[in-house]
Amino acid sequence: MFTANRGRLTLIGAVAVGAVVALAGCASGDPLAEPSSSAADSTIVVGSQAYYSNEIIAEIYSQALEAGGFTVDRQFQIGQREVYLPDIEDGKIDVFPEYTGSLLQALDKTAVGGTSAETFDELQAALPDSLRVLDQADASDQNSWTVTQDFASMYGLTDIASLTSVTEPITVGGNSELETRPYGPPALQEKYGIDIAGFVPVEDSGGPLTVKALVDGDIQLANIYTADPNIKTNNLVALSDPDGLFFPDNVAPVVSQKVDESAAAILNEVSAALTADTLVDLNSQSVNDQLSAEKIASAWLTKENLV
Amino acid sequence: MSFLTETVAWLLDPANWVADGGIPTRLAQHLLFTLVTLLVAMAIAVPIGFLIGHTGKGRGFAVATSGAFRAIPTLGLLTLVALWVGIGLNAPFVALTVLAIPPILAGAYTGFEAIDRKIIDAARAVGMSETQILLKVELPLGLPLLIGGVRSATLQVVATATLAAYIADFGLGRYLFEGLRTRDYGQMLGGSVLVILLAIVLEGLYALVQKLVVPRGVTAGLPTNIRGGSSRSRPVMEPSIEEGKNHVHSE
Repeated sequence: MFTANRGRLTLIGAVAVGAVVALAGCASGDPLAEPSSSAADSTIVVGSQAYYSNEIIAEIYSQALEAGGFTVDRQFQIGQREVYLPDIEDGKIDVFPEYTGSLLQALDKTAVGGTSAETFDELQAALPDSLRVLDQADASDQNSWTVTQDFASMYGLTDIASLTSVTEPITVGGNSELETRPYGPPALQEKYGIDIAGFVPVEDSGGPLTVKALVDGDIQLANIYTADPNIKTNNLVALSDPDGLFFPDNVAPVVSQKVDESAAAILNEVSAALTADTLVDLNSQSVNDQLSAEKIASAWLTKENLV
Repeated sequence: MSFLTETVAWLLDPANWVADGGIPTRLAQHLLFTLVTLLVAMAIAVPIGFLIGHTGKGRGFAVATSGAFRAIPTLGLLTLVALWVGIGLNAPFVALTVLAIPPILAGAYTGFEAIDRKIIDAARAVGMSETQILLKVELPLGLPLLIGGVRSATLQVVATATLAAYIADFGLGRYLFEGLRTRDYGQMLGGSVLVILLAIVLEGLYALVQKLVVPRGVTAGLPTNIRGGSSRSRPVMEPSIEEGKNHVHSE
């Protein structure tokens, strides 16, 4: 190989031909199309986002359903909403822990939001007929524009609008999709006239790298989820949002028609017990104590007498 | 719309070629980052590889460590380093250098090892110093395999440099991450095509360089000996150099 001369051109040619063939393959079929699920009809498929907190909730749903006698197929860590939403709409996933406001915005770009109850009602109307959303929990995991405590006190920041008083350039950090979300940097500019100097992609969904970038001052503004225990441990300030730039994001299971009334009753019981403080506590057990979703879920369900 | 037409449309869209984060800028960033990473990796791996190849010592250690290095998942290492040094290009730079070192190191020492010991002995016998042996015999004869190692490292780095965009607004990886996150598969595939094209161009350049650096003594006469067939052939001197034939001094 290393010293071949003639074979080299042939090889390059072969690679080029291979690439063309592979691309042509993309043209004729959707490589992401999957054969329809072959799982037994009685099995309930529970999905989760590629987000540890969402996985904990999905695990709680799964264990609660299993305790109620259902067979559960766990399909966790399926990326961001853009990736899994089509699968939910197609009925490939039966139960998915969702966040009311964000899901509403994904389904209906013109949604107006409002209070948490209004958002919930809007979401019910926006969901396709094959899906429904069960009771929402008190717990919410909101998007937020978050800054460090130092930065907040330096400019007297309390709510999002007060960012206009910042005199240094503000660099925003977060996942790529943040740039185009309805509450992203363009919205800050249009709605509040906040000058955003730049956007730095940090592709870990407000995780440890984003928090570190914020604390280090590499970025000044980040989208951290409000149930993130890092906000407390790193002295961060989630700016309040009186104008409802972010929709209320209460946790609620989105379910397919395969979820019958007895299964729905189990999930509603879980949601009733899931308070805001609970969710932060569960997340902290994962982030700070490094416990697995399975252990966190079973301990909490046992404590709440739900299994 | 199918992915292929979306991809072509994305690649041909003039807006993608002029803007601040346009294709030429990102292509240049990607290439520059790859080259800098390779240079640093070479600065580390080549001297060590030569030392191992020349002395024949520490080979087992080098094989074991570079094998272990190869097994490190680059994204994991990148995250780990980034948690320490913060976001930006430092973390991907470290992770990619670690990725590039093993093939270069292997190329450097196997290049020396592949040389027929008789040639080294002959060089020593005619009174060459160790430095002369290293620079005038081992280096030129081992160069094809070294370039081969660098070539394979280049291919890995140019493809993996897309990870730089995980924590920086940099390089062609940005198209992949952005396309993936927003389900813009045309953009994602378009970015991939650019990476592939860049890799093919670099491969072509290496093919050329590798051809040029093979010493005349190795290529002249019997090139079939050194061409990679199914068996692992080694670069050897032309057969005219045989004991007792050309080395007899006429007095």
